[in-house]
Amino acid sequence: MMRRLFNRFFVVTSLFLSSFGLATAQEHTLDGQETHQEQKEKFNVGEMIMHHIRDDRGWEFAHGVTLPLPVILYTADRGLEVFSSSHLNHGEVYNNYKSEHGHLYRVNEAGEPLKDVKVYDFSITKNVASLMLSAILLILIFRSVASGYAKNKGKAPKGLQSFLEPIVMFVRDEIAKPNLGPQYEKYLPYLLTLFFFILINNLLGLLPGGANLTGNIAVTLVLAVITFFVVNLNGNKHYWAHLVKPTGVPVALLPIMIPVEIVGVFMKPFSLMVRLFANITAGHIIILSLISLIFIANNLGGSATGWGISLIVAPFTIFMNLIELLVAFLQAFIFTLLTSMYIGSAIEDHHEADHGIGYEGPEAH
Amino acid sequence: MDLLTPDIGLLFWQIIIFGALFFILSKFAWKPITQSLKERETNIQSALDLAEKTRQEMALLKADNEKLLAEARSERESILRGAKEAADRLVADAQQKAQVEANRILEQARESMQNERQALVTSMKKEVVTLSLDIAEKVLRRELADQSAQEKLVQDLVANSRLN
Repeated sequence: MMRRLFNRFFVVTSLFLSSFGLATAQEHTLDGQETHQEQKEKFNVGEMIMHHIRDDRGWEFAHGVTLPLPVILYTADRGLEVFSSSHLNHGEVYNNYKSEHGHLYRVNEAGEPLKDVKVYDFSITKNVASLMLSAILLILIFRSVASGYAKNKGKAPKGLQSFLEPIVMFVRDEIAKPNLGPQYEKYLPYLLTLFFFILINNLLGLLPGGANLTGNIAVTLVLAVITFFVVNLNGNKHYWAHLVKPTGVPVALLPIMIPVEIVGVFMKPFSLMVRLFANITAGHIIILSLISLIFIANNLGGSATGWGISLIVAPFTIFMNLIELLVAFLQAFIFTLLTSMYIGSAIEDHHEADHGIGYEGPEAH
Repeated sequence: MDLLTPDIGLLFWQIIIFGALFFILSKFAWKPITQSLKERETNIQSALDLAEKTRQEMALLKADNEKLLAEARSERESILRGAKEAADRLVADAQQKAQVEANRILEQARESMQNERQALVTSMKKEVVTLSLDIAEKVLRRELADQSAQEKLVQDLVANSRLN
């Protein structure tokens, strides 16, 4: 349901964006089949944007410069198979496999897809490669920071250590401590990992040719599910009691409130997942759309118009990139903050989770 | 690889890599970093506490010193006062003694002078007596004839000799 809704929304958006391209393509139909094909390939904005924000089998740094990545497949009959993604370029068939819009199918000799063969795709895609890169970067960076503490023991921090220390302390003092109280040390490693993982992947995603990792639903889903488990496995009796008997709610409203509370348990991580995914993906779409304007103008009014428009578009793109830089920090902060707030609400000891709207009377506070 | 359907491959790798990242960073990065931060904070706190304690001790010491100084000053004053009193007393004693001595000497002198004068008077009287006897002898020898004149002369002589 949700997926269909979003797809429809996306189709509408991409239709709107590519309407210029389509219009011109239609104008040029008379010029012949070849030109028509070329124009259509050049100016399909929706396709271009989707190509950039989606996962990919190879890592395309620039047009035509692609790093092939390993394809890892598991099928019940053939077991594990590993081969380079370059074999599947342009819809080629390799080992009876064919890639179509990112999905791998087993095909028969005639090239028809065999729908009954289930293919489990564990390929190192562009996103997985970027994920590994970010993990290695994080480990290298924080190993060096940690060794800085051993080396500069009792001295002022130096270099990378002094750059990252305020951020670590920010996570500890502004995110973990106020929300988690005295038990913050137990959850601090998770919050720090979460914050720096999201931050570095947001920033890597902003680089030209970078993968849109934190704008991928699978990644945000895993993060949200981990948060869900951390919150619910650590929830104390107040948390669960609040779920089935919200304080300060009249008995008549309980049939409504209990389902709302239970939905809330799942809605919290769901909102985390969608928020990060949508923010990062939307940012990428906006920047790509702005850049597409140049090509649309080029197509409409020739290269002079394209150059003219680019002068207007470039400042906007720079501005958007700066906004995205802000968003990269902001979303890492928000995800971590909300996670710590959810954990905090699940582990807090006192019973006043109704934030002062209950019927305890003035003497209770 | 649709936008809204999570790929099983990416899910798998994300769980594996994020989990590994969490354990590696927790063990090798977050633990030493947070520990060092905490250690440093406690160090700074204890250094600040120590400074505050030292400051208080210094203030206490200063107060002590001042008290000691004041005591020393008052003691010095009392010693000085005592010394001055002793000196004054000494001087007064000496003066008194000198006075007494002088008085004694004066008295002695006066006494001896008195004695001298007494002796002188006695010897003078003897002298006068001798002289008178001599005179009387001479008068007697010359004016033995006139009895009344002789007596009168003797009486006058005696009266005059008493004037001393």
